[in-house]
Amino acid sequence: MASFKSTKIPIYPKLGEKVTPDTLYWKNYKAPVQIKEFGAVTSIDFSPLAPHNYAVTASTRIHIYGPFSQEPVKTFTRFKDTAYSGKFRSDGQLLLAGCEDSVVRLFDVSGKVALRMFKGHTKGVHVTDFTSDCYHILTGSDDYTCRLWDIPNSTELTSYKEHTDYIRCGTTSKLNRDIFITGSYDHTLRVFDARVEKSVMTMDHSQPVESVLLYPSEGLLVSAGGRYVKVWDLLKGGQPLVSLKNHHKTVTCLSLSSNGQRLLSASLDRHVKIYNTTNYKVVHNFDYAASILSLALAPDDESIVVGMTNGVLSIKHRKSPEGKQEVAGKQRRRPVYRVFVKGRNYVPKNDDFLVSKPVKSNLAKYDKQLKRFNISKALDTALESWQKNRKPEITVAVMKELDRRGTLKNALAGRDEQNLSQLLNFLIGNVVDPRFTPVLVTATEMILDIYQAVVGQSSVVDRQLVRLQELVEREIDYQQELLEVLGMLDTLFAASLPRKEVPCPGSSRPNGLAEGGLGAPVPQLQAA
Amino acid sequence: MVAHAEIRVVHRGGSKINFREPVITNDSRFLLCASGESVKVYSSSSEECVHDLQGHTDLVSGIVRNPSNHLQVYSCSADGTVRLWDFTDGILIKTFIIGYPIYSIYVSENHGGVVFVVVPMANDKSSELFQLVAVHLPRSEDQEVEARELSAVLCDVRPSGAASFGREGEYIAAAKGLQLEVFFFKKQKSYRFFLKPGNKKWAKNAFTCVSCHPKEDCIATGHEDGKIRLWRNFNQKKEYTYSTLHWHHGAVNTLQFTPEGTNLLSGGIESVLVQWRYTQETQMDFLPRLGGAITHIAVSPDGSLFCTSHSDNKITIIQSCVKVSAVIQGLVKGEGVRTNLMIDPRSKALVLNGKPGHLQFYSLHRDKLLYNLDIVQQEYIHEEGLDQFEVVRAAFDTRGDWLATVEERTQKGSELEINLKMWAYDEKTQSFVLNTTVTAPHDDQITAMCFSPSPETTMLVTISFDGHFKAWLLADNSDTTEGASWSCDFVGGYHLLKPGCCCFSADGSLLAVGFQEVVTVWSPSWELLTTLSQPPGAIRDLCFGRLSCSKYLLGTSTKNQLCCWNLLTCSLEWSTPVDVSLLQADPLSENMAAFCSQSGCSDLFVFKPSEPLPLYSQRALCTGKVQHAVFAPRDQMLESCEEHAQWLNRSQLYFLTQHMDLMTFSTKSEEDRLLASSKRLMVDDSVAVTPFYLLLGKHRQQQEALTNPMAERIQLPQGSIAIKELLYTPAHVLPSASFLCSMFVRSLLISSSPAREEKEPVEEEMESEEEDSEGEAELRDARQDLGGSAAWGPGEELGAPALTKAQERELRRVKHFDHSWLSSLLEC
Repeated sequence: MASFKSTKIPIYPKLGEKVTPDTLYWKNYKAPVQIKEFGAVTSIDFSPLAPHNYAVTASTRIHIYGPFSQEPVKTFTRFKDTAYSGKFRSDGQLLLAGCEDSVVRLFDVSGKVALRMFKGHTKGVHVTDFTSDCYHILTGSDDYTCRLWDIPNSTELTSYKEHTDYIRCGTTSKLNRDIFITGSYDHTLRVFDARVEKSVMTMDHSQPVESVLLYPSEGLLVSAGGRYVKVWDLLKGGQPLVSLKNHHKTVTCLSLSSNGQRLLSASLDRHVKIYNTTNYKVVHNFDYAASILSLALAPDDESIVVGMTNGVLSIKHRKSPEGKQEVAGKQRRRPVYRVFVKGRNYVPKNDDFLVSKPVKSNLAKYDKQLKRFNISKALDTALESWQKNRKPEITVAVMKELDRRGTLKNALAGRDEQNLSQLLNFLIGNVVDPRFTPVLVTATEMILDIYQAVVGQSSVVDRQLVRLQELVEREIDYQQELLEVLGMLDTLFAASLPRKEVPCPGSSRPNGLAEGGLGAPVPQLQAA
Repeated sequence: MVAHAEIRVVHRGGSKINFREPVITNDSRFLLCASGESVKVYSSSSEECVHDLQGHTDLVSGIVRNPSNHLQVYSCSADGTVRLWDFTDGILIKTFIIGYPIYSIYVSENHGGVVFVVVPMANDKSSELFQLVAVHLPRSEDQEVEARELSAVLCDVRPSGAASFGREGEYIAAAKGLQLEVFFFKKQKSYRFFLKPGNKKWAKNAFTCVSCHPKEDCIATGHEDGKIRLWRNFNQKKEYTYSTLHWHHGAVNTLQFTPEGTNLLSGGIESVLVQWRYTQETQMDFLPRLGGAITHIAVSPDGSLFCTSHSDNKITIIQSCVKVSAVIQGLVKGEGVRTNLMIDPRSKALVLNGKPGHLQFYSLHRDKLLYNLDIVQQEYIHEEGLDQFEVVRAAFDTRGDWLATVEERTQKGSELEINLKMWAYDEKTQSFVLNTTVTAPHDDQITAMCFSPSPETTMLVTISFDGHFKAWLLADNSDTTEGASWSCDFVGGYHLLKPGCCCFSADGSLLAVGFQEVVTVWSPSWELLTTLSQPPGAIRDLCFGRLSCSKYLLGTSTKNQLCCWNLLTCSLEWSTPVDVSLLQADPLSENMAAFCSQSGCSDLFVFKPSEPLPLYSQRALCTGKVQHAVFAPRDQMLESCEEHAQWLNRSQLYFLTQHMDLMTFSTKSEEDRLLASSKRLMVDDSVAVTPFYLLLGKHRQQQEALTNPMAERIQLPQGSIAIKELLYTPAHVLPSASFLCSMFVRSLLISSSPAREEKEPVEEEMESEEEDSEGEAELRDARQDLGGSAAWGPGEELGAPALTKAQERELRRVKHFDHSWLSSLLEC
């Protein structure tokens, strides 16, 4: 004797992006905090020291914010012109910044006045960085030169004039004090060694380079320029590894997540994309309100800070896991679970007599009624469940099951005004949903058949019928328009495809489009 | 054709077991049912087939217990014989030849020596009218007896299931149409009762079944409208009465009173066994959801077991209407095999659609249903005229990891509902688990589908009447929380023609899709490589060659063409005008089988694509078209070297005829092997491994050198029976050991008169039957000796050569016969 098979509630595929561990990780941030700066935010740098303050370079000042403060902790304003590239030293004590007036200033984080001024560039300095031994600095300027300076006596050590356009990005090696890399608007990336007179490696990015990034291992170099993000293998002499084209405007900033597994790129197209560094596929995507100029991640990805062209600084903090613990604590307080588990691990002994208990199958209420062939009640229960938790899948599945049994009409018949209006409410809510249309259209037709004799007796029902009619008419119009668009697209596709032997003109059509036409129009309802 | 004589077409398993009412034996241990041309004896507890009683030469049409001997049954068959069987040992005791095809059989305890059979009216075999006749079975010792003593009892009865004996066999009731006829044996008079033909829709009054109360004068009849009428006071024409019971909403298929008459069991299309209390008819017990529609109910003589046969070729054994204790399931063939025959690559079982909404896995080697896989997973509503989901297509991938099924439901006035389901094989549960359901994969019926055999990708191609074919790929969603699932990868078509068939090449590098008259060949990257066409006639079947013939593509068309294209030159290699209804490729060799229909018969040609000459052909295989066939790989390769039988070496070809008979081809060597194995089994049976056997066997090894081959021809002595008795009687019924011991030893002693002659066999008995090579060699020697002596000429006396070497040795052995082992036996 087989047991009763419960009604199958189909699981409909969730539209939109799929839930991956990545999306879960990157969605686990609070709503962003927005701070208005004086001008476009060109650079953000986190302090390597514990509270992880960050320096935000915007217009003629550099603000230093604490990790959770909305107001700047400190402000450096001694710039004559637009400041660029505020950078912390690796001990977090000194801050370095370039300026449009060609002077590079070095500040003590606690002080106000510049400790050192490095003069020598002839144009604005967009790139500054400390070398790994902390005693030298690197600067890159719009006068096409990049220079190394000594901090203690603020003298220029070397100057390289190999680029043929503005130098807008650069980074120093964190492993070797002599090596640094610059990227320029002349489309090239150059690797310099301070011990050598000339650049040791040149890579052609073929777009003005906006940002460079070295992997922690320093075997790979990432450059951004134009719409491309390119990865280079330095150990193989600068061989290009991947070229990513996921943005549709210039990529302005690059960053690595704390564990080095994910690469982030920010662009003028207002998106931040996150790539998996093993296969370089986009795993997540953030949208922002304006074009993004700078991006930085706090250590351990505790916060994502993004600076935009409209001067807005957006800070997203990671959600603390406290909330979850709270919930768990609440559950622990319930004593019932222990009672449930009691004796579960008991292993029967040798002479124990085992009494097997048949497993009781739990049927849903509508299934119990279906089992007893109480069809009207089953439909009522299903409708109630829709009212309770708004799950039309269950109601539609029960209707489908009744239709399969050939008893849907009987179940729909014999209802009073209140019941009928409830039913019509359900139909109005769901009949145009393409997932449910095939079933609900038959149900609607049946209802109209059954109750056409009583039309006009109840104002409530009449109003709902009119609404239903309007809804269906609108849906038909939509479908017609959709079909028209589809036809237009087909002609476009046909025209754009090369004139070679095409097996089937419709074959290249994606599946989703084909199914768009499936939501069948229901003209017969106009009888209502 | 003479050369092919040793390849025969044979029936192989899967016969109906629900054709007639099963019979439960008196001790409720066995269940007997008619199964094709044999009677099968099942154990009612273990569900295993214990015996297969073979002897009838046509369909067995009824089984009844012999009322005078509870270890015997009668069976009747359309071959015109009634046979008496001993079902515990599976022995045919007697055959009574009636001479007319028999459609059912009835017996009663009160009519000894008489069986009642239903035979066609008059001698007209084609007539639709049947009569119930009493046959006096002559008492005779012969194995085959002609029983010609027939006397008509009732005329115009239904061929089966509508007659029943009343209280103490006083009367017999039979129903047909709207008439119930009761025949009283004492008065030799029959009464007829008529019902009005209900002309309203719900009043279909026709009788469907009859059962008489065993203790009271009451007849229960079932009707087409679901009513049960209980007739009383029917021994007169006028004042009969009946009461009506109504629960069934469909026709009552069968009725049965329990032996004491306390309960009445009824069953019908609802598949609910209803138990009515006699005299308290408002109380009913139900046993719902038993399977297919109930066709027969049988009750064991002590009333402890019921069994119901179902329309899906199943017998359910029920313990007194509370619990299903066993299910015997045969091969379900239903109205048609919508899915093709397939072989599950893992279990090597035959797979086809079975019960509604299920796929059945049937082991061909064991002739047993392995399991049913629920595809539709919906409650089956037993109601006539309801459109149900049916499994219409199924396909396995080459390793058996994936199964794809298509189910569809056609409903008048609404769209066709199609679901495509992908099932993954689960190692843990050893069965298939649903992975993906695609609702409405195509807009129209799916005509064919196949998996790509290439090991790199898991891909399925479905082909539909909507003019498209779709490729489904297993998308690896390892980065998401859900597991792997299937999604559509490519939609293809060709000039909006309707595709009919598809086939992957053996390595999966090419896909051929037949679009009416055109064959399109696609690469795995979905480029249309080439088109092949041989008009007129739409393509019916496509098949790639395998192994050495993989450059060929074969196609059959509706206009009697069998074409073979060479894929390297993209040209037609050869074509022949034959009407091929089915083309099947052997997965293990290059061979192809083509079933051709010609003038109402089917022919088989087996050929290699490289040459248009058939390796083997058989004309007039069976009547009607062969619709489904499959090559099943053998578990053990045959080493047949005859040229025309070589194609059967690696796999066996099974096919379904129009009448849904499962047939196969069997070679002589295979049959020999089967025979040999059954013989060996029998020998093994006779020598049970007992401590005695081991002991004696050891002793025999010492004696082996002295064994006399002549002993084989001598009859076994009486003593062996004593040993057997000793060994096989249960210990608790044996007399005391001291008594037995003396008896046993006496049985071993040599009786005085024919001293040597009788002693030998005792030893022989003790020895196992298997002869060592030494023994055989000696046997040969002895034969040579004999031949030699014959060659000396007839002049010499045969009795005289008392001094041949062998006999001399024998004599010596008797003298020095070592009895020490026996004494040791006595001591312990």
